[in-house]
Amino acid sequence: MIEFKNVAYGYGGGDLLTGIDLSLQAGSFHFLTGPSGSGKTTFLKMCYRELLPSAGRLDIFDQDVREMSRDGVADLRRRIGVVHQDCQFLDHLSVAENVALPLTVAGRAVDGEDLMALLGWVGLSKQADALPPELSGGERQRAALARAVIMSPEVIIADEPTGNVDWDMSQRLLTLLVELNRMGKTVLLATHDMNLIRVAKQQVATRVLRISNRRLQAAGADL
Amino acid sequence: MRLTDFFLRSDADRVVPPSGFTAQLTLLTAAAMAFLAVFALALSFATGRLADRWSEELARTATVRISAPLDQIGAQTEAALAVLTTTAGVAQARALDLSEEQALLEPWFGPDLPLDQLPMPQLIEIIEDDLGFDAEGLRLRLTAEAPGAVLDDHSRWRKPLVRAADRLRLLGIVSLALIAAATGAMITLAAHAALAANAQVIRTLRLVGAQDSYIAQAFVRRFALRALGGALIGTFLGMAAIALLPATSTGTVGGDSFLTGLGFQGLHWFWPLAIAPLAAIVAFVATRLAAQRTLRGLM
Repeated sequence: MIEFKNVAYGYGGGDLLTGIDLSLQAGSFHFLTGPSGSGKTTFLKMCYRELLPSAGRLDIFDQDVREMSRDGVADLRRRIGVVHQDCQFLDHLSVAENVALPLTVAGRAVDGEDLMALLGWVGLSKQADALPPELSGGERQRAALARAVIMSPEVIIADEPTGNVDWDMSQRLLTLLVELNRMGKTVLLATHDMNLIRVAKQQVATRVLRISNRRLQAAGADL
Repeated sequence: MRLTDFFLRSDADRVVPPSGFTAQLTLLTAAAMAFLAVFALALSFATGRLADRWSEELARTATVRISAPLDQIGAQTEAALAVLTTTAGVAQARALDLSEEQALLEPWFGPDLPLDQLPMPQLIEIIEDDLGFDAEGLRLRLTAEAPGAVLDDHSRWRKPLVRAADRLRLLGIVSLALIAAATGAMITLAAHAALAANAQVIRTLRLVGAQDSYIAQAFVRRFALRALGGALIGTFLGMAAIALLPATSTGTVGGDSFLTGLGFQGLHWFWPLAIAPLAAIVAFVATRLAAQRTLRGLM
């Protein structure tokens, strides 16, 4: 689904990431770890084409990312649900409207019952009419997850979704992602939290990737 | 995008937050520019009418002035009239009597001028037919038959007047073009401000899969409709102001003047109605270009 072939990414002052080879298979569950500033977010942004590699080749859904038209990029992002580190909501719209936003911009009808069922799945039924600034950190992360999955995407990418929530909420979010993976979705989750990875390994077959010294490596069995 | 979607669809509008002062700026700019455009249009039409009238009226009349010793004036006048009545293109020629000459001089010398005691030249008024006459040929014939006759076909002072009126008309058209350009520039600035203020919203929309056309539509629709509304207000006020100007009173002093002639006549009153749709089109194009430029900067 997503295939990196000797990919590098540089900001101008040298490469932040280099020599990346990876193939994300459909239905897989990957964790991405690494120290702060190692390039995890940059790597994830390449996965939904917010950044382009400076070298190598990156194919997403069998398309070279450099060859995609702007409308093609929009179509790609409808097939990849992303939970951003800072959630990125439209503060003038309600939680329900924010969650339904991918459907709205795609010109698809929003089924009210389905939407409420999704909000119920992430435990936000009561907050449907609230505005994003009224939500707690955990609620924002769950709303972001609901928005990421509303289009029933093939891939779900989450960038530190448990970064600002307590352990109970982290486990709850992880449970939601594991459920999605069991439904056949490909999951790629960036986190610092090794305990979360250990808990996940008890529930689902995962592969752990680590960015170290600008390179992507398979993490050891000690996890 | 269908036209009905453009006016009725509100999805895209809803996802972009209200844009505060830029909305008011667009409305005010469009209203002011439309108001000015109505006057520029009226100026253009008024000068056009003036140029046509001067051109038409003066082009069909000419004067022969007989300056000769008193004992020869009568004979030379008759000779000149004889030449004129046999000249192709002259519909009518007649010598003005003393009272008519007095009336011509009255604005400068008053009503008590003793014209019969002054060595006044004799004037002959010529009215051309539709084909007109050959001025140079007529001059040569008059010189031969009446040496004191001087033909004045008014071209010396008619041409600069008509040229001036034509230039005023051009000025009106240039003013309209400048108003359209200034409107476009102001709306572009307002659109840029709105796009910059909503940079994070636009980025989020791109990240959840919105196409550029969807995002641009929200801004384009908003600005085009505001420009349309503002221009309608400005056009209405401009037309009301024109209607309240003193009307032309033909036949009185100043009846043919530029100031009293400023306005619309007949079907010309429909022309200002095109200003509002044109303002909307200018806003549509300006905002679309601004939105496309901004969106191209995003991945």
